[in-house]
Amino acid sequence: MSDIRKELKYLSSHEWARVEEDGTVTIGITDHAQDALGDVVYVETPEVGTRVAIGEEAGVVESVKAASDIYSLVSGEVVAVNEALQDAPETVNGSPYDDGWFFRVKPDDLAELDEALDAAEYRELLESDE
Amino acid sequence: MGNKTALYTTHQTMGGKLVDFGGWDMPLHYGSQIEEHHKVRQFAGMFDVSHMTVVDVTGADAKAYLQYLLANDVARLDSLYGKALYSGMLNHEGGVIDDLIVYNLGDWYRVVVNCSTREKDLAWMNQVAATFSVSITERPELAMIAVQGPEAIRIALSLVSADQAAVIASLKIFQGLPVGDWFIGRTGYTGEDGLEIMLPNEAAVNLWQSLADAGVAPCGLGARDTLRLEAGMNLYGHEMDEGISPLAANMGWTIAWQPAEREFIGRPVLEAQKAAGSSQKLVGLVLRERGVLRAGQIVSVEDSTENGVITSGTFSPSLGYSIALARVPHSIGSHCQVEMRGKQITVEVVAPNFVRNGKAVI
Repeated sequence: MSDIRKELKYLSSHEWARVEEDGTVTIGITDHAQDALGDVVYVETPEVGTRVAIGEEAGVVESVKAASDIYSLVSGEVVAVNEALQDAPETVNGSPYDDGWFFRVKPDDLAELDEALDAAEYRELLESDE
Repeated sequence: MGNKTALYTTHQTMGGKLVDFGGWDMPLHYGSQIEEHHKVRQFAGMFDVSHMTVVDVTGADAKAYLQYLLANDVARLDSLYGKALYSGMLNHEGGVIDDLIVYNLGDWYRVVVNCSTREKDLAWMNQVAATFSVSITERPELAMIAVQGPEAIRIALSLVSADQAAVIASLKIFQGLPVGDWFIGRTGYTGEDGLEIMLPNEAAVNLWQSLADAGVAPCGLGARDTLRLEAGMNLYGHEMDEGISPLAANMGWTIAWQPAEREFIGRPVLEAQKAAGSSQKLVGLVLRERGVLRAGQIVSVEDSTENGVITSGTFSPSLGYSIALARVPHSIGSHCQVEMRGKQITVEVVAPNFVRNGKAVI
């Protein structure tokens, strides 16, 4: 069974979000997603200063096997991206919830996260897919 | 649940991620397919290829039958005991039913065909056999382990019996010989030196385990695909199928046109195609920037209204960027455009061969 973190919020498309102490929101892909993709070889993140919106493509992750769009769980301005993934995309496989984060957003409205799945709901989703 | 090879439980124990492949439960990788790929290029890796179909052709007409069945000519193997030949098995329309390897074993031949095409291959082989004095015998009791990489043969030699070692040491490239109830070929699908060992199912786990203990990395179908693609080798169902001429799949070299009097299935159609000039060919593509070329992406070529298509694409672990095989209009130049995720990207056109024996060849 893949690793699901209690404190995170999730999308059915297998992104996670974490609210940081400064109120920004960090986005990445789940352990289940990295396992399904296999070895990640490229990560395309949005640029700092640009805006991302719920339901719109914010980036791309490509593995040897497949390409997959990345969606944000909140709308807002991108305030940081994980530059380390450019040279070491395999970090996404090894540490999807920590060193393998994708980008950080200053959210317009943090309440948007209420729409996302919590850990129990995401686990249920994965179990129903099996 | 699909078919299981003799190594199924071993794959599970070793952490293989098992997926369905042509009706078989096979390992995709054991953690990282890129690491497995590098292990084969730099040291040695092993693959369970027991799902491949082994068929023995015996009988008085064995040679005449295969000369009619295959586009390549098994007469090229005459007096070369154990020598192997790569060939297409064509239909009457000149399309490829399957690609295969045939070994000359004196008065009989061993043929290895793909697993996903097993049923139609056997049906076709039996149908064509009706007018020949031959027997077609499948050998499901054999497992097959491919040991590949620069150290593969050295390690295998250290693990097998004296008789088996003597045979391995004697093998020329693309030759296979029986030894006891084993059959060992110096063949593979990676672009590296190595062996393909057919052995009784009940002996497979022991060999696999002893290879693993000697440092040979278990590798899955994921690495097998990136390795064969770097080596520019075709995969049935991608580079060719029943609707595609071998002339459009870089298989022209496998068609034995001489002697002109040899009839083989598909010959009249191929001769007409050759005379007319094949409109498409298989090339290699290289994208040195970010992004991964994928099968199915459309290739457009300057001065041609006809499009091409990527037949196989991947990220090349050895080169560090994306490569692909593509069937394209003959007029293609040094560059072409590929539609990737809604954008037209310029890529380089090269010969369909990227890495051999651990070294880039582009």
